[in-house]
Amino acid sequence: MLPSLSRLQRYYLVYTGVFLLFIAGLAALEQNGMPPRWVGYAFLVFTITMYATIGVLSRTSDVSEYYVAGRRVPAFFNGMATGADWMSAASFMGLAGTLYLSGFQGLAYVIGWTGGFVLVALLLAPYLRRFGQFTIPDFLSARYGGNFIRLVAVGAAILASFVYVVAQIYGVGVITSRFVSLQFEIGVFVGLAGILVCSFLGGMRAVTWTQVAQYLILIVAYITPVAILSYNVTGVAIPQVVYGQVLAQVSQLEETLFDSPVEAEVRQLYRERADRYAEKIMQLPVSLTHEREQLANQINELKASDAQMREIVALERQRRELPHDPEQARVRWENAMYSAVDRSKPPVHHAEAFPGETPEAQQAQRLNFLALIFCLTVGTAALPHVLMRYYTTPSVAQARESVFWSLLFIMVLYITAPAYAVFAKHEVFTNLIGIPITKLPGWVAAWSKIGLVGIEDINGDGLLQLAELSLNPDVIVLATPEIAGMPYVVSGLVAAGALAAALSTADGLLLTITSALSHDVYYRIFRPDASTQFRLVISKSLLLVVAIMAATVAAQKPGTILSMVAWAFSIAGSAFFPALVLGIFWMRATKVGAIAGMLVGLSITLYYILRLEFSNLSWLGLQGQAMEPWFHLQSTSAGVFGVLAGFVTHIVVSLLTPPSPEAASFLARIRRGHDREVS
Amino acid sequence: MLQETPVYWRKTRRLTIILLLLWLVLTFGVNWFARELNQLDFLGFPLGFYMGAQGALLLYLAIIVYYNRKMRALDAEQDNARDEGG
Repeated sequence: MLPSLSRLQRYYLVYTGVFLLFIAGLAALEQNGMPPRWVGYAFLVFTITMYATIGVLSRTSDVSEYYVAGRRVPAFFNGMATGADWMSAASFMGLAGTLYLSGFQGLAYVIGWTGGFVLVALLLAPYLRRFGQFTIPDFLSARYGGNFIRLVAVGAAILASFVYVVAQIYGVGVITSRFVSLQFEIGVFVGLAGILVCSFLGGMRAVTWTQVAQYLILIVAYITPVAILSYNVTGVAIPQVVYGQVLAQVSQLEETLFDSPVEAEVRQLYRERADRYAEKIMQLPVSLTHEREQLANQINELKASDAQMREIVALERQRRELPHDPEQARVRWENAMYSAVDRSKPPVHHAEAFPGETPEAQQAQRLNFLALIFCLTVGTAALPHVLMRYYTTPSVAQARESVFWSLLFIMVLYITAPAYAVFAKHEVFTNLIGIPITKLPGWVAAWSKIGLVGIEDINGDGLLQLAELSLNPDVIVLATPEIAGMPYVVSGLVAAGALAAALSTADGLLLTITSALSHDVYYRIFRPDASTQFRLVISKSLLLVVAIMAATVAAQKPGTILSMVAWAFSIAGSAFFPALVLGIFWMRATKVGAIAGMLVGLSITLYYILRLEFSNLSWLGLQGQAMEPWFHLQSTSAGVFGVLAGFVTHIVVSLLTPPSPEAASFLARIRRGHDREVS
Repeated sequence: MLQETPVYWRKTRRLTIILLLLWLVLTFGVNWFARELNQLDFLGFPLGFYMGAQGALLLYLAIIVYYNRKMRALDAEQDNARDEGG
């Protein structure tokens, strides 16, 4: 039929067709009265069954198949799989929301997460593929020699990947609990099952082919709602091309909205609230006792005047919920103060670069923007689960091609995300702001119930002002179908896409962690004589253990998980990037230099994050260790210092130690041109 | 140095350095001036915003395409040299 397509391409074409038919079928069923909840179930069951089928079909007990998919993945499909591997729940759900909230400043993520692939293409992928082993620690150990560097690399790989995988499983829990109303903890373990059916039986081979399937679902799911929205607003269904004019409209609306007297009044009210909290915090612990006494007096007065029981109960609950001690009061009131301060600030124009009131503030924003880009690009080129994918292509040339396909498939989402944000902002500005609070559309109430949308009529005028609305970044993508009044089947599709994004990344990460443990630690260090059969048994058991550990941590709902993901980039970047790049491009790089560079880079990154973010860990007795950020840089950019220090240390120590004799032959091997089958 | 650097590697290295410099200018140079670029209009977008949202991405892709094409040519060149050398 289509002779120019390969067998694999035909398979996935049929698969995409089946998926689209499935959506159309569900849409028709919904028209005829199928309840939304069933639509959600249908998506969950259908997609996970698909993944499981692929996983079971590609089960394997061959070591090379298990770790690197037999090195038979064509560039095109490896690109697609890398795309799914790369785009996590954070990209799918969080990116558009971040762009919505911070406008231009959010573009650092778009630039960083795509620009990193240029570094992968130029500096790493071809050389890793020519080296052709199984893991990143393998590479470092072969280049520099010895098992100590292998252990350092394994530690860093696990540190970066584990944080990341917990975030993915957490995302799965959020999606399943919201769209099919499972309890969060149960949702986490359902997601875990979805992850395991892919990676447990077939390792990298199964993960690769499921990731291709997951990419197709997630990209359809990401683009559909914003294309519909774009068609409704502009009459053109290609949002990426036409959102310039919508951005211009948004900027105009901003002009009138931001300076309107009623918005200014609301911001003033929030500023006053922030001042009140600041005063209360200053007067601790007296202010807390005072507040408690005041409430007690009120309750007694009410009791004496035999008022409504309900009022007394409400006041008593208020008293019970008062902070127990001054320390708790400080934390709670500080949070309330900061949130009020945030809302009292004049909003930022969407397209404005480096917003700030003074030139110094603007300069700080600019530095932060560029530093974040640096960390994200370098982190991209150092995260082991992405680099490992370039071991799976049949040749070096295919590895190079495959970076091109990776970036192309990833770009489809990253070019759409800013459009998403602009269209969502347009909807909110035109259809939400200034509307009576009692007449707000149903989705506002539905999402405020789970705390992702917050509405507070602080000036009591009964209308919604911009500053009175608070949105969690995750809500933008998940709620856009409802915001634009689309049928529930679109919401189900978005949920399925988010699930695919989370599952595919989790699969890749779990595989990285277990291969680091089973291949690098167990096989290479402890039992080099282990049979291949036994190595896979170890690998599969470890996969199970790590997955359950990650799910257990995720089920605790750790709060700071999203910022931890940003730190994972800095950690991976400062640990691996200098060692890998200098190892390939600088013959003089030595083992001691590499180890020193990795340890110094990692330590500086971790030190910076700890000193900035955990200054108030008073329960650990670590008070007053807060420090002023260096050059105004936030902790998400900690990698700037780590990577630079890593490079400097690596170079200086290498020059002080004798050159390693094996480097020349190793480099000659990975730097030469391609081999032909017949020569 | 035990031996002379092979031609293949010398050419690869030069190409890598040139493209890397281009990437540096594109990523950090252009975005440094985003505020100033935003004064200009491009396809209905402020230019600084457009570069971050689409322009840089497309140029990244172009860098990779160019690198791959050059490297393919270099591989072929090496094959020819080997054939001639026996």
